[in-house]
Amino acid sequence: MQIYLPIAEVSVNMYTLLGLGGIVGLLSGLFGVGGGFLITPLLFFIGIPPAVAVATGANQVVASSVSAVLAQLKRKAVDIPMGLVLLVGGILGSAGGIWVFNLLTKLGQIDLAVQLCYVVFLGSIGLLMLQEAVRTMRRQKKGAGARRKRNQHTWVHNLPFKFKFRASGLYISVIPPLIVGVFVGILAAIMGVGGGFIMVPAMIYLLNMPTKVVIGTSLFQILFVSAFTTFMHAITNQTVDVMLALLLIVGGVVGAQIGSRLGARLKAEQLRILLALLVILVAVKLGTDLIIRPHDLYSLAVGSH
Amino acid sequence: MMRALTRPLRLALLLALVPVFAPAQEATPQPGQEPAEQIVAGLSRDNIGITTSFDGSQILIYGAIKREAPEPANDGLAVIVTLEGPLGPVTIRRKSREFGIWVNTAALGVASAPSYYAVATSGPLKDILDPKVDVQQRISIPLAMRAFSGPVQVKDTRPFTEAMVRIRERQGLYTLETGGVRLVENTLFRADFELPANLTEGDYKTRIFLLRKGKLVDQYQSAIDVRKVGLERWLYALAHEHAAIYGLLSLALAVIAGWAAAAVFRFVR
Repeated sequence: MQIYLPIAEVSVNMYTLLGLGGIVGLLSGLFGVGGGFLITPLLFFIGIPPAVAVATGANQVVASSVSAVLAQLKRKAVDIPMGLVLLVGGILGSAGGIWVFNLLTKLGQIDLAVQLCYVVFLGSIGLLMLQEAVRTMRRQKKGAGARRKRNQHTWVHNLPFKFKFRASGLYISVIPPLIVGVFVGILAAIMGVGGGFIMVPAMIYLLNMPTKVVIGTSLFQILFVSAFTTFMHAITNQTVDVMLALLLIVGGVVGAQIGSRLGARLKAEQLRILLALLVILVAVKLGTDLIIRPHDLYSLAVGSH
Repeated sequence: MMRALTRPLRLALLLALVPVFAPAQEATPQPGQEPAEQIVAGLSRDNIGITTSFDGSQILIYGAIKREAPEPANDGLAVIVTLEGPLGPVTIRRKSREFGIWVNTAALGVASAPSYYAVATSGPLKDILDPKVDVQQRISIPLAMRAFSGPVQVKDTRPFTEAMVRIRERQGLYTLETGGVRLVENTLFRADFELPANLTEGDYKTRIFLLRKGKLVDQYQSAIDVRKVGLERWLYALAHEHAAIYGLLSLALAVIAGWAAAAVFRFVR
């Protein structure tokens, strides 16, 4: 059944959108990522204008993370103070990112910037995650229980404004999480993603947070940052398509619930390998698009430059 | 022009259509004396509502050639019908290879180009249309776009404008239908247009040109109003006129849907 989207001004198949939302929701529940890094390119692919895809993708991330955050809160897997620090950084970063997004759109380089960000960040993080997960799995097979040491004393611990993050069992300065938040916020606005794929590894490897609170806390931050991004896009560019969002959401919330049940059954290492492979796949696809000669060297954009 | 249907049946069909539809609108006044041959035309509809289930639309433009005297000379008569969507600026960009990747490096701005442009003719354009008339009336597709906007920074603009036509043709937004106007007995004509699903709102200008040996004899102009209606209209207006309320509404909807799904799943378990 075809449906006409009022803001995107295109007619698309309703079931395609429901299915798309479902797949992304499933991944969101499974890995604790917003799924934006998949939904935005997929929306481009089915012919939604990029600006609408980015803004509406953010709105869909809000819905899928609400249900996931609620599930995580019940499990007490959210470090709320840590989430708030990341959030403050995220909102600052997102505001800056939207400004950069609009500037690059004007210059006609937004597609390139988005693709490069995807290739560089998804590619390197995917590889790092895969390497780490494979190494841990091998170690577990050998039976040696020597895990990565936590609470190592590094320069990070000498920074001021220390705060006790009880749920994470950390006593660290608020500066590193704030910087992580800003960085993720910028990427979130430019790439139209929640930023979970970069925040989760940053929390594990940079902030040394225990894995059990990482997913919940990252989702908590993503929820509010994407809500802020959605609102900003709605008032500055009028590019949020509520009809499109609703269809993606209906598919997405169902998928997210199934995903989080499924995630509870799989081993953390297996999950990480799966996520790493998925992330690498998207990066490789976008990377080859940049290298291969495009079908048509010319492209059109409505509006003056 | 004769294909499957016999002549009397085709005539009857065309004539039967005429009284059913809206009365023909006034033709554009011509300077000087009245032409010997005039267009009398109508549209199957003068407005198109874009609803939620909108999936493209068909439009029929039909008419007759009115003559005070018998037909002057029975040769070179042709009819061209054009349908033009709202005009807007467009930027055409070209990629080139830089450091191994493809990057947009050159751009050309077109001040105004139609979002949709369809031309239907009763014969091959080069045979029925004098190039001078084409330039004057801007009939053929390459002439549909107007002046460049801003300083032109590319050496040759032609590949850019050609690319624009090519891309829009591929998207089904610009079409040339040779033989799309069916002319019966040099008196009655009709043209069918298939409008795509990705229509832009606005006034769609219809023009009918009556030509003899390439020269313009008469022309007729009318408009079709394409508007979003109902829920589509409401959402679009809200998003543009009350952006903050619209933004909050989208967020509220997302939060409620997310929360409701979690609640439903909890209940099911």
